[in-house]
Formats: sequence, C-alpha cells, structure tokens
Amino acid sequence: MTIGPRQTTVMRMMTSDEDLATAAAAGDGAAFASLLDRHYDRLFAFCFRLTGARSEAEDLTQDICAALPAKLSSYQGRAKVTTWLYRVAVNAAHDRRRKRATYAKATTGWGDWEVNRTAAIDDTTEKLDWLTAAMNQLSDDLRDTLALVLDDMTHAQAADILGVSEGTVSWRISEAKKALRTIKEQEDMV
Amino acid sequence: MTDDLNDLKAMMDDAMPRPDAARRAENLALAQKNFADLQGSRDGLRPTAVTGPKGLWTGVKTMLNATMSKMGTTKGGLTTTTALVACGFLFLTPQGQDLLRPPSAPQITMTEFDVPARAPQLETAMADEIGSEFATQGATTRTETAQTPLVPPTSDDQFADRSVPAVSERAPTLRPVQPLEMESDAIAQMAPQAELMEESAPEMAAPSVSKATEGASNLTAQRRIVVAPSPTLTDDGVIAPIGNTENFANAAVNPLKITVEEPVSTFSIDVDTAAYAVVRSSLSRGQLPLAQAVRIEELINYFPYDYAAPDAGEAPFRPTVSTFQTPWNADTQLVHIALQGQMPEVAARPPLNLVFLIDTSGSMDDPAKLPLLKQSFRLMLDQLRPQDQVAIVEYAGSAGQVLAPTSASERTTILQAIGSLGAGGSTNGQGGLEQAYSVAETMRESGEVNRVILATDGDFNVGLSDPSSLKDFITNKRESGTYLSVLGFGRGNLDDATMQALAQNGNGTAAYIDTLSEAQKVLVDQLSGALFPIAGDVKVQVEFNPAQVAEYRLIGYETRSLNREDFNNDAVDAGELGAGHAVTAIYEVTPVGSPAQLSDPLRYAPNSVVQTSDELGFLKLRYKNPGEDVSQLIETPIVGSSIPGTEANFAAAIAGFGQLLRDDRFLNGWGYDEAIALANANRGEDDFGYRTEAVQLMRLAQSLSR
Repeated sequence: MTIGPRQTTVMRMMTSDEDLATAAAAGDGAAFASLLDRHYDRLFAFCFRLTGARSEAEDLTQDICAALPAKLSSYQGRAKVTTWLYRVAVNAAHDRRRKRATYAKATTGWGDWEVNRTAAIDDTTEKLDWLTAAMNQLSDDLRDTLALVLDDMTHAQAADILGVSEGTVSWRISEAKKALRTIKEQEDMV
Repeated sequence: MTDDLNDLKAMMDDAMPRPDAARRAENLALAQKNFADLQGSRDGLRPTAVTGPKGLWTGVKTMLNATMSKMGTTKGGLTTTTALVACGFLFLTPQGQDLLRPPSAPQITMTEFDVPARAPQLETAMADEIGSEFATQGATTRTETAQTPLVPPTSDDQFADRSVPAVSERAPTLRPVQPLEMESDAIAQMAPQAELMEESAPEMAAPSVSKATEGASNLTAQRRIVVAPSPTLTDDGVIAPIGNTENFANAAVNPLKITVEEPVSTFSIDVDTAAYAVVRSSLSRGQLPLAQAVRIEELINYFPYDYAAPDAGEAPFRPTVSTFQTPWNADTQLVHIALQGQMPEVAARPPLNLVFLIDTSGSMDDPAKLPLLKQSFRLMLDQLRPQDQVAIVEYAGSAGQVLAPTSASERTTILQAIGSLGAGGSTNGQGGLEQAYSVAETMRESGEVNRVILATDGDFNVGLSDPSSLKDFITNKRESGTYLSVLGFGRGNLDDATMQALAQNGNGTAAYIDTLSEAQKVLVDQLSGALFPIAGDVKVQVEFNPAQVAEYRLIGYETRSLNREDFNNDAVDAGELGAGHAVTAIYEVTPVGSPAQLSDPLRYAPNSVVQTSDELGFLKLRYKNPGEDVSQLIETPIVGSSIPGTEANFAAAIAGFGQLLRDDRFLNGWGYDEAIALANANRGEDDFGYRTEAVQLMRLAQSLSR
C-alpha cells in the first residue's frame, strides 16, 4: 500500500537547511525527512568521532534520530542548523554516557576489562583499536571538543556549540594533544 | 588545526566506517515516526482515550506500528484504518496467525518520502517521554543489548505455535509473527514488562530490531517466530525468558605465526570448563553456540584424560609431549602437550574451609538456577569429610550470612540452610563478596584450604562500579591464601567474561553448571581438582626450531596468552592446576618444506636458519608449589613424529570440533563427519560417559549447521 502523494526531493534540495528546519518545526514532515536525510551521514561521522567505535556511533545516531523530532521545537532559527545539530549530538552523547554510567551493570565493565586485558597482549592490535583506545582515555570534555575540531570546526564554532569560551576550547585541544602524545609515547616504549 | 591533529584526523578518516545502510534507513524511519507521533500528540488527535484499556488493542497497534517502522525504508507512519482492523483480525484468530506465516508474508510497499500521514496514536505520554530525555526506556534497553554479545535467536517455530496460548492479553507483541528476525531476548524481555511496553512501545519495538536488520537488505524478508526457549532442566516446563545480557570472554583466534619471526609462544594453562557446558547448553537447546562462546582449550580440557601421572617425589605434574599428523591436514603435525597432575589420596588432603557465596537475586528464580544450585550443593555435601567446614553467605540487595561456619558432619543444619535460600531482590555482588571473605577469614587455620565458592547467574549489577578495584580485592585475598571459584548457573544473564575474570584472579576455576549431571562432574567427580591446587601459576612456553618448523599456531588459549618475558616473571599470575587435573594444549605446526606452508619465504631477508638440531622445539614449564613464591622450571625437548594414542586423538577431535564451531578456516574442508568418526573411535574407557556425550553434541551441531 502506498500512502499519500509523493513529494519530490528535487525541490527540497534548493531549500536551505534553516528553512527546512523551520518548516519541520512547524510540522512539515517532508521537510524534516529531507533535512535529516541531508545530514545523516555527517551526523554519523561526527558520532563516530565522538565515540570512536562503529557500533557505538550507530547507536548514538539512533538515539539522536529518535529524539530529534522533539528537539526540533528548540530550534529557534537563530543558529545554523549544523551548529544546532552538533549541539544536539554532543548532548545526546552526554546523556548516553550518563545513562551508561548509572545504568550499566558493572559486569559489563568487567567484561570489557577482561576483553581489554586480552586485547592488550594481543600483538595484532590494529590502528583503529589504538585510536579507539586513545580516544577513550581522554575525558569526555576533551573528546567532545576534539571531535568537533577534527570535524573541521573552528575553535570559535566549537566554543559556540559546547557553550564554553573559545579560550577553553583552545586549552582543551592542547590538553588533548598532550594526552595523545603521552599515550603514543607509552605505546612506543612498549 | 595543527600538524599533530592532522595525523589524528587522517587516521580517523581512514578508520571512518560508512554508515550502515540498513541502520540508516532504520534510524531515519524512526525519526520520521517519532516526528509523526509528536505532531499527532500536539494536535490532540487520539483515536483512543489516553488512559484507555491497556491490553490487546493497544498491543496490536503497538505491534503494528513497530511492524511498520521495522519495514525499514518507510518514512511514513501507518495510517490505514482498514489495514489496522484487518491485521488485528489476523492476529486475533489462530487462522489469522497461520495466514501470516512464511512464506506468505504480506508485502507492504512504502515509498520513500511519502508524506507521513497522522499515525494512529499510541496512548500515553509518548511526546513527553521523547521530549524530555534522549534515551527512553526502550532505547536504553537496547543500548545495553548492543554492548554484549547476544544469544542467537531461536527458530523453534513449532514450539512457539503449539505450546504457547494463542494470544495472551499481557503480551500481545510476543505472539504475532514478527516481521523480521529479532533477537529472541529483546522480545522475551519485552513481554513480561507490560507496563514498560505501554509507556515506550514504539521506541522499544523499533530499536530492538535494528541490530538484527543490520545488513539485511531485504527488509521485508523472512518471518520468524521468536520465543524464549525453555531451559534444558525444567522440571515444570516453565518457559524462562532468555535474557539479553550474556557476555562472553574471548579474543581473536590465534593467528598463524612464522617461526623465523616469532619462535616463542607463551601462555598460561586453563583448567576451566565453562565454555564446554555453555556449548552443550546451546546445542541441546537447538542452537549453534556463538563463535565467541567457544574457547577451544576449555572444550578440550573438559574431559579427563588418561595421561601418565607423576611418580611420588617428582614434580606435582608430569608433562607428556607427542607429535603426530594433523587429522585435518596431512602436511602438518600436531604437537600435543599434556600435563597430568598428581592425585593426592583423599584421606591425606588438608581440611577444607568453604564459604558458599550464593546469589539469591530475583534473576536466580528459575528452575535451572537456584533449585539446581541447591541440588548441586546437596550432592557436594556428601563429598566433604567431618573436619571440613561450610558456611553460606547470600547476597541479594543486602548481604547476609545464612549459615555460620559449621562442620560438614552436621548435615541437617546445612541442608536446612540450603533449603531456606530463596530468590528475590536485586544483586549486590561486592557486598556479599566482602562478607564471604571475612567469614572465610574467621575459618582460617594453618594448613587448611580456604576457598570462597561464588554461585551466580552472572548478576553483579549493584555496587561493583570499578572492575579494577574488585580485581585488586580478589588478588589481595588470593595472596593472603583465600581462593575464589565461580560456578555459573542458568542462561540468559550469564556473564561469562566476569566469571572468567573473577576466577582467574582468584586462582580458581570457572565452571558452568547447566544440568545435574554437570554438577555431579564438577562438584563430585572432580571436586578435589577444583578445590585442591597442587601447582600454582603454571605457565607454558614453547620455542620452536625454525630449522624444522616453518609455521605454527596454538589452538585455543586465546584468552590466556602471555608475553614472552612474563614466563620468567614470578609476579605474573597464571592458571592453577588442581589435584588430578589434566591440561592439554595443541599446536598445529607446519614442517619446513611442507606443501601446507601458508606463508612464502622472504626474497630479501637472509636465509640464516642453520640446521642445528632435529628437535621441533623446546618446551618449558614453570609452576609454583602451593604457598610458595618462587617458581620451578621443567624443560623437555619436542621431538619428531609418532603414532597418536587414544587420548591424543580424542583431544585432536575435540580441537577440530571447537574449530568447526568457532572458525574453520584452517580445517581444509575437514568437517563434522570426520570429527565424529575420530572422536567416536577414540572414546577410550569413558567411565563417566563424557566422551559419548561429546559425540552426540557433535552430531547435534552437524545437523544444526546444515
């Protein structure tokens, strides 16, 4: 069964993100669909940077997709849609981590710990594992900031998204670099 | 952006995966549905009263909504009232159910970018729930699911159709055919939680399927009835839901090593048997076990072997090394290393102080868990002598001592205490653990064996927030002389990884008890081995001779590998060998010049290997006598080929079986027929029937894998 008339996407391609978002906030489902379709891959890539693991990224993207309709009302049309989306994503990642911390059974941690222990002595550790591991050693704030900057955001843009000052972003980036260098050095020593 | 970060960015971009197409469609559909739902709730357009009847009607709608969203690419909600009624009818009648059974799945075509019409509203405050928080109940539930390996779904259609009442009021979503292959656990979990379902049904239903649809390009594909399988040991036929939180410890399959590059292989022995029991439990339920659940060394070491035992006055165990042709490859050899521990006389064994730490959390309320545990301990009690002492501590929310240290001769008191255990409450593993250790402390006397035996279904969900501090705790206690063994019960919640971690750090064994006969094996027949260590920190190191062996690989022991330098470092912990235990390790080696060699020789590296010896390699073993800190060394060369005996052949058959279950890339087409024939021909004495059972399991696995 086919429901309703078909909306062409071609028309929508001409519309700006901001107009789409405003229309979507007013209840235009097709506008919402186009908007999300347009940004999905970018959103996923950002989630991957935030989490460093594919499955985590898929799940986080899902969280965001599930909650985005409700969040739309918070879109005021003042900020760029991308900025707003990044902000939503960072908040979703926070929620997710917090949920995990309270909700996660400690056994999950044990399992991970055991897996990590065996992985640590596994000499076929791949680059991706290093990356994930390195990212995971950073604090949440540092990781969020780093993910934004790696996504070609300027420090000012990142500051806007995170709601902190530009100086804080620059400081966090230098901290993150320091931390990554230390991790790298430790690895090299082994 | 600086240079430092550019490297990282490049690395990250290399590693960046493409979003999964199925997941993408899924997530977009989910967003669209929530969007539609939200619009609807704003308009206040509700076909049913907000607090309307909970139950069947809602359930059917819920299910239909879930169904629609699971159809994958749809961006719109479901609208047509006619369809609702029609489907409702289908699900309400037995005939209707049959109509929907495969292969006659209704093909519902949805077009991308269809304008989402107002979806039939779900009752309750959906909008609030989405609006306030990201993770709704459902999303959170699934998040957890995604973290841990899952039990493969059962496909027992017959079972589902016949033995379950047609439509139950509380769990309407469970009955109807599910449009996609779903994790059985996700569904099973949903069923009992009717309230939860009513609050967050769309999220719950939709996300719970998304993992399963990964990679499923045909989104309207196979239908399959998913129902929790019944545990193997029910005496009353209760259908236990299979949980979604099983967690297995395993590492990647040991890769092939090239002797010239890496001549030394080091690992710790492993006397656990949990993996075999898990495999058996899966197979007897009609599912192939998850590859991750298969630890081949535990399969091999499950069986008692008739290896040569050490003579009195020798080391506590004797190594036997033999080399013979690989059953699955005529051009390679198996190096079979067997350690046989001595069996001290029962009368001469030191008194035992046992503290049973028993999980009585709500999840243990299952015929295959607490009742089986009670029966198992009754069996075990008969093996204890009057000078042995027993105490029981339970943990469930708050930890409590159920039985003060009592001499094993006071059977009635102990049996009463065991009988009084009842499941209920949440779990606080650590609190209980601390109390159990302090009870053990009070029982300690010099020359006696102290052990805490933890019996659980894997639940440690309260109070154990920091794995490394718990590890330290158990390690400290181990060093002060109290060991820890772990017995796993029941499926669904089994946290194999935690069991492994706890037992390894506590110098104990992890065993999984799925049937009373397994309890008999672990707690009666092999009790001495489980409780009396005869050698501690047993490490194995093999140096292969590059002049004789071109390539080698260790079969199993992935989770037990050690660094080369750890071998001589007495501070590095390794496995314990119990009284009478036998440990088997098998290497597959490719002789130099064999056509089976997988790697080509290097063109530019100098060929510096000079033939110096006929030995294939050199075996070194380190162990500590109980209570000592300094390790002893045993060395023996590995020499050329011989004819394998019954024991070695059986071990090889099990190694092959394990690889068939886990990863058969080295087997060259050698299959179940050959494994069964080899195992069957080498059953030996088999006093307890374990090997016969193994052959039956192989047959079962063969049928299931077709």
